[in-house]
Amino acid sequence: MEQAEPEASPRLGLDLDRAVQAAAPDAVGDAVFEVEDLNVYYGDFRAVQDASFTVYKHEITAMIGPSGCGKTTVLRCFNRMNDLIPTARVEGRLDFQKVPIYDPRVDPVEVRRRIGMVFQKPNPFPKSIYDNIAFGPRVTGMAKKKSDLDDIVERSLNRAALWDEVNDRMKDSALGLSGGQQQRLCIARAIAVDPDVLLMDEPCSALDPIATARIEDLMQEIKNDYTIVIVTHNMQQAARISNRTAFFTAQLDSTTDQRCGLLVEYDRTETIFSNPSDERTENYVTGRFG
Amino acid sequence: MTDTRVDPAEGFSVESLAANPRQARKERLIRDSLGATALVSVLISGLIIWSLFSEAWTFMVEVDWGAVWDIGWFPRRGIYDIKTLIVASLIITGIAMIVAGPLGLGAAIYLSEYARPGVRRTLKPILEILAGIPSVVLGFFALEWIAPNVVKTLFGGPAAGSLLAAGIGVGVLVVPLVASISEDAMKAVPMSLREASSGLGARKITTTVRVVLPAAVSGLMAAFIVAISRALGETMVVFMAGGAAQTAVYTHDPLDGSLTMTAGMTSLARGTDSVVGEGLTFQSLFFVGLVLFIVTFGLNLVADRFVHRVREQY
Repeated sequence: MEQAEPEASPRLGLDLDRAVQAAAPDAVGDAVFEVEDLNVYYGDFRAVQDASFTVYKHEITAMIGPSGCGKTTVLRCFNRMNDLIPTARVEGRLDFQKVPIYDPRVDPVEVRRRIGMVFQKPNPFPKSIYDNIAFGPRVTGMAKKKSDLDDIVERSLNRAALWDEVNDRMKDSALGLSGGQQQRLCIARAIAVDPDVLLMDEPCSALDPIATARIEDLMQEIKNDYTIVIVTHNMQQAARISNRTAFFTAQLDSTTDQRCGLLVEYDRTETIFSNPSDERTENYVTGRFG
Repeated sequence: MTDTRVDPAEGFSVESLAANPRQARKERLIRDSLGATALVSVLISGLIIWSLFSEAWTFMVEVDWGAVWDIGWFPRRGIYDIKTLIVASLIITGIAMIVAGPLGLGAAIYLSEYARPGVRRTLKPILEILAGIPSVVLGFFALEWIAPNVVKTLFGGPAAGSLLAAGIGVGVLVVPLVASISEDAMKAVPMSLREASSGLGARKITTTVRVVLPAAVSGLMAAFIVAISRALGETMVVFMAGGAAQTAVYTHDPLDGSLTMTAGMTSLARGTDSVVGEGLTFQSLFFVGLVLFIVTFGLNLVADRFVHRVREQY
């Protein structure tokens, strides 16, 4: 029958894509996130249109692009943070380690326990340094004993290269720390619940170059244990630290006449910055636009 | 207008940067008149305290202090048992806060953290309208509905006025106050803290209890202080539903009727300043007013200290 064929071919196409990806020499790890035809809406406004890409394990994946291109929106889909915005709606496929996290049976709280997030502006709780780090382990019931909790706090602060600076003032308010220290505290706080992935939303945009360099070093150090997805406005930062880069741009949506985020190109970072295949990417990374 | 630009030939000196005298006079005038308005408010407050103190002082000097610690409040017979009034006030305020605390805070948490924007837009104004209900209306409600349906049915008290009925009535009165101020305080907590908490895998209730409420605690305390002051100072509801007309025997049973400080004052001073009775009846009202003033003022001081101590700054 002729009708069987059109059904078979897209499946074949999909499998072929997978096979090509698996065979490619740069496909070093397993897929952590598989995104396919992702559309995000805020009410009637479409913020992201048909994004498809794959995030690999133990890599740093950067998302770059001009303001309003939807990169932060996509990042916030990865841990269902957009659920906190009442009007937000997500369509398409978004698999985390093969599990569709937008399945109605999935509890966003469980997703967020596995996928940590660091925000643009350091947002420590107005509590002590210790209580900031201990917050996650406490609410997730990770630590049964005080000594376990102490261990987690110390280990997390060590990983975030902050322990030496704060170990003598654990009871002091976290708000007394400098901006760079606060951001490392937020990283330590995210690490404390032992996530698989760290999502970072322009984590250095509020920091000076020295603090930024420390955070970047830190990311390189911890990427062996975590998968990192970072949104950044700083192209040099993306070029310095990431393995892969996704370039987004804002484009006029002909159907709604509104600007909408579009994934233009996704590739290894060297390719994006030295030999991009799309002209818009080249214009952006060479500074001719945005 | 004079040309203030400097002729290059004359050179540049301090005078060329000197203030325009007219402008300076205007600035002084503005500053002084604004200062005067602030001073008037202070003067009025001072006047109030003075009038309160002077009559209360007369009372305190001339009264037989045995009459201030007696069996009840019978001012026209020279028995001014202040503890009757204070205890009644405290009981009513306590009951009011037991009612308004959980209801107000619960409503605030719902509005601030759980309600969808549309629901919030509808509920918040309704709540604020509720705050505008005249207390005399609530007095009737307490007497005609709360007393027979709640006090009598649930607690076996009188179907007429009682401290419990008045207390519940005052509680209903201050619910919108508690809810509104608490909600404002919680809304003022930055969204980024909620996001940080959710991002760590905290559930909504955990975020609310462990992040939002602690960060909003100074505002929440303010809500409770304002509500307590309001409950202590509330007059009409307690006078109508408190279960005593002009005199009261000491009681600490909420099911009895009694007079609060405010009700005690009202019952004698209505529509006329010619309070009749024993020699010091008139002055006794000022004494009660002074006690009420001191209690409220002290409460504010204590609460202020407390707020500074527990507040989490963000």
